[in-house]
Amino acid sequence: MGRKLLIHNDHIPNIHTLDVYRAHGGYASVEKALKIMQPDQVTEEVKKSGLRGRGGAGFPTGMKWSFLAKPEGVPRYLVCNADESEPGTFKDRYLMEKIPHALIEGMITSSFALGAKQSYIYIRGEYFYVARILEAAIAEAYAAGWLGKNILGTDFSHDCSVQVGGGAYICGEETALLESLEGKRGNPRIKPPFPAVAGLWGCPTVVNNVETIAAVVPIVNMGGEEYAKIGVGKSTGTKLISASGHINKPGVYEIELGITVEEFIYGEEYCGGIRNGKKLKAVVAGGSSVPILPTELILKTAKGEPRLMTYESLSDGGFQTGTMLGSGGFIAMDEDTSIVKNLFTFSRFYHHESCGQCSPCREGTGWIEKILKKFLDGTANESDVDLLWDIQSKIEGKTICPLGEAAAWPVAAAIRHFKHEFLEIARNKKFTDISHYDRLNKLARV
Amino acid sequence: MKVTIDGITIDVPKGTTILQAARMIGPEVAPPTMCYYSKLKTSGGYCRTCIVKVTQGSAANPTPMPKPVASCRTEVMDGMVVENTINKDVLEARKGVVEFLLVNHPLDCPVCDQAGECSLQDLGYEHGAATSRYEFPRREFERIDIGKYVQLHMNRCIMCFRCVKVADQLTEKRVHGVMHRGDAAEISTYIENVIENDFSGNVIDVCPVGALTDKTFRFKSRVWFTKPVDASCDCKKCSGKVRLWMKGEDVLRVTARKDQWGEAEEFICNECRFDKKKTSDWKIEGPTKVDRHSVISQNHYNHLNELKVQVLKQQKALGFMDINKRP
Repeated sequence: MGRKLLIHNDHIPNIHTLDVYRAHGGYASVEKALKIMQPDQVTEEVKKSGLRGRGGAGFPTGMKWSFLAKPEGVPRYLVCNADESEPGTFKDRYLMEKIPHALIEGMITSSFALGAKQSYIYIRGEYFYVARILEAAIAEAYAAGWLGKNILGTDFSHDCSVQVGGGAYICGEETALLESLEGKRGNPRIKPPFPAVAGLWGCPTVVNNVETIAAVVPIVNMGGEEYAKIGVGKSTGTKLISASGHINKPGVYEIELGITVEEFIYGEEYCGGIRNGKKLKAVVAGGSSVPILPTELILKTAKGEPRLMTYESLSDGGFQTGTMLGSGGFIAMDEDTSIVKNLFTFSRFYHHESCGQCSPCREGTGWIEKILKKFLDGTANESDVDLLWDIQSKIEGKTICPLGEAAAWPVAAAIRHFKHEFLEIARNKKFTDISHYDRLNKLARV
Repeated sequence: MKVTIDGITIDVPKGTTILQAARMIGPEVAPPTMCYYSKLKTSGGYCRTCIVKVTQGSAANPTPMPKPVASCRTEVMDGMVVENTINKDVLEARKGVVEFLLVNHPLDCPVCDQAGECSLQDLGYEHGAATSRYEFPRREFERIDIGKYVQLHMNRCIMCFRCVKVADQLTEKRVHGVMHRGDAAEISTYIENVIENDFSGNVIDVCPVGALTDKTFRFKSRVWFTKPVDASCDCKKCSGKVRLWMKGEDVLRVTARKDQWGEAEEFICNECRFDKKKTSDWKIEGPTKVDRHSVISQNHYNHLNELKVQVLKQQKALGFMDINKRP
């Protein structure tokens, strides 16, 4: 049984209320930080813990915090990125819905470390009911004196507010999020300057994922060094994984970084194997934008070592034979899945969510979707595979924000590992979908 | 600060962007631009045609930048080394960007008033492919009327955001902007509002394509059949320094004067642009110098002095005797 630090209390009734949360050790990190620690010490503990951003990029959180510019007389902000929109990722929703105070506690402790008097939780529009849960929790925290002026009698004052977005994937990109938070159109900014220098309203800002901020709580409670003992190498601590797809037990799992992928897929404690006794075909390991990998490469690296659920192991071999841990959106696909159709779904999503600022992404994502539609219609040619490859290579790395890459990588990986499926459709001029859902659909139609 | 672009080193002040530095060196190394406009703050970064490869970040930190960068929005560092036209990857990537800009462009140049002075035409000619790989129907927008002076053809728009920034930075109140998202994004007014202010005509000058054109000039003439003449007048609202596009004695169109990068030197007011269409309204300064590569120079005078200098240079190079020093 792996250790759980974030959602270990999720089974307790009414854990979303302040009293129950407090009775189970809640807000201890705020007490510890505010009463016996200096802000820099908290940052130091986070640095020692080796915590890496849980939103997808995996950038060391302590380092991000230390980059924050601290000019005199200018406010600093902490913004929590709860715009969790990556297809296949739903861990933050689970955390906020079940234990909203875990996030709020993390916000207070982190803001203390950063010296932020105001913090915002930017939550996606589709999670409006979660925003209500958070707002209720914040109201409780204010009433109990965990938020507001002079928390715990110290001279640290802090306000936290929830802002609901309009439901755009692009607002999960940190600068687009800041634009949206400022009340503007959610378009990514051109960097530099980075938010650590000029973020919200031009002030130094740290934008962190929900899970990252929640992880600050156990780090302060147990100490950074203790936290760093969990995990392997530079992948320390625990990680929430949203498991979905053709597995027996889809859901949110908290894992210790370092378990093998095989254990995660087949272990009874986690996904419990592929359902209906089918074989595993492919896995998207970290949300829809990371490269898809076939079974042989997701279970073992190209060198033949077992692949672990860590940042390093999953990206072993680069994009040729590896992938990324990303946001932890783990999508497993069984042998009946059509990779082409899956890719079409992903590409349609990125086409829909492109903000339209820069040309490669605006025009390229739509083009990719149209070509993939040709495959589903059975009208594609073999040359269309090369065209797809060429288009994705011309989007990747040429855009303002990472959405271009997010749109390009799945296309590249699908062609890299499953080119035969594309060619088969192109040669036969026919697309047959053998997936479980499609058969169900057909049955329903009869 | 020293920066090297395509092997040519230049000393520039702090805060200069790569593009500005390249323009200082000259048009041979300057990347093409579609959305950047030096007179408009925060413009640039969107079209990605000006991307370059930074092979050395700075003298202090020589690591190359991992991705190609938009030269219009990247400031130079001391000792930076940039590759533009000598880098195959950059040229290939730029070709890709041009293709992306063209996939949904209607290519209706034969009926477009911008033809002949269109940045997208120039860009496609210099960096694009001869054929298109795009086989789907092109995007179309519903037509909207934005007033009596400016014609909006949204189908031709490449989303450079210049017209939005002009309205923001030149006028009191902007009534047009970007609606919708992704490839459905369009320049529009909410809801079918009319753009009315003294400087609204400048959106025509900054538009790199034929998306915003002059209604008073619509279908009157192809630009290369008109003669550009620099003229001025005493205007209370603007500098009054304009360019007249004449056919015979008729003033067909008035625009701002544009520099060698296609940017307006000074923005002009609507009164100068749309109302003063008589030669007597203007003090003619003389014929405009037309860049010889431009289609507008076809069937036109070239700048005689410059031509003379060029001829003399060629003759000297060939060992001709100087005509002025003949015994």
